[in-house]
Amino acid sequence: MFVIKDLSKSFGDSRILKNIHLTIKPNHTTVIIGPSGSGKTTLLRCINLLEIPNSGTLDLNGDKLSFNGERVSKKDILTLRKKTGMVFQGFNLFPHKTALGNIIEGPITVLKQPKDEAIKEAIKLLKKIGLEDKKDSYPHQLSGGQQQRIAIARALSMKPDILLFDEPTSALDPELEIEVLSLIKELSEENYTIVIVTHKMSFAKEVSDTIIFIDKGEIIEQGTYEELNESPNARIRQFLNAFN
Amino acid sequence: MQISDRILELIINSFWTILKPGLIYTIPLTLISFMIGLIIAIIVALIQISNLRILKGITSFYVWIIRGTPLLVQIFIIFYGLPSAGVTLEPLFASVIAFSLNVGAYSSETIRAAILSIHKGQWEAGDSLGMTYFQVLRRIILPQAAKVSIPPLFNAFIGLVKDTSLAANITVAEMFMVTQRIAAKTYEPLILYCEVAFIYLMFCTILSKIQSKAEEKLSIGQKI
Repeated sequence: MFVIKDLSKSFGDSRILKNIHLTIKPNHTTVIIGPSGSGKTTLLRCINLLEIPNSGTLDLNGDKLSFNGERVSKKDILTLRKKTGMVFQGFNLFPHKTALGNIIEGPITVLKQPKDEAIKEAIKLLKKIGLEDKKDSYPHQLSGGQQQRIAIARALSMKPDILLFDEPTSALDPELEIEVLSLIKELSEENYTIVIVTHKMSFAKEVSDTIIFIDKGEIIEQGTYEELNESPNARIRQFLNAFN
Repeated sequence: MQISDRILELIINSFWTILKPGLIYTIPLTLISFMIGLIIAIIVALIQISNLRILKGITSFYVWIIRGTPLLVQIFIIFYGLPSAGVTLEPLFASVIAFSLNVGAYSSETIRAAILSIHKGQWEAGDSLGMTYFQVLRRIILPQAAKVSIPPLFNAFIGLVKDTSLAANITVAEMFMVTQRIAAKTYEPLILYCEVAFIYLMFCTILSKIQSKAEEKLSIGQKI
């Protein structure tokens, strides 16, 4: 269970997130939607502390972290990050490492796994994402969709408790988008705990157990797709259907 | 015919005498100073991109002084000046200090720029895997920054090969000083100085070749 309590984040004078309360259920897929600039991505980045919240608490399976504007210890940050896997909009693969090298980097450097063991597990992941034959390719030799699938495997290699996707297909054309979305869907069906920020409403409908609608830094409504689709709030209904 | 035979003989006879100090002074002096300078440069660059305010001030001051004063003057201060303050250094040691400080100051800017040229997403990707600052730096950022900084670093390296001739001014018997001595004895400055220039040129040519190899090696996996 991942519990976010009273979380706020400001950049300078602008408050991006205002007193967010959110419980992310294990083995569920939570989709965060909302207009641009609403704070969706910042919320996701606060979960693995790429952004440090100004106030509030994060509680991942009993590991609690409180924020009060003071410096958070590096050790606490790293502990939390090891339990979360992040997939970025721009993939952010390491260009100087092969697909395999990208995937084993975390297990070897952070988890201190022996190299042959890390490689064995990486090959399994490569099979899972259907890119075993690309293990020795460098990122620039791969298509955007393949790069993002490798990035997903890299996140999975750390065996995280929770997988975070920040607009994972925004940088892809519709053709390549499909292969990434179907992989995420597969992971969702395998009951990984997933949080996705996306603008793809049809995809949100398909994979989500819970949808969070966020605007101006506040959670306006949350529930299943059907529940939100019958929300008395016309704006949410419009939003859900506008992008289909 | 008589004259050209004599010149040829002079060139051949002096070649080894000039090359030898090149091998035992110029090359080691260059390599050691460059290595130490590179370490200084990396440390200064890391401080410059950090939030360590006091250290940042100190390193900025260091870069300002070194870049703003002539190398020859620095060498003189260290070798001829410091003894008045009670610090007497061996000429070779004094040259290593002067050259290292120089490489450190100039190359710190190169390395700082190279690190800053790496996309922020690379830091975040490393961070998100739970890597520490130094793990991200060493395994993700520096290998990519190295590629960017190879050409300007080799500029500094090649510059240093030639700058080591300044050590002749503080009694280091490197190539240039030995050449000066032979020239004084034989009254053939044109030939001998051209000869030593040629040897410097050869050293630098080898370095240029190494640069190409290094660039080739580091460009693996990266778009040109």
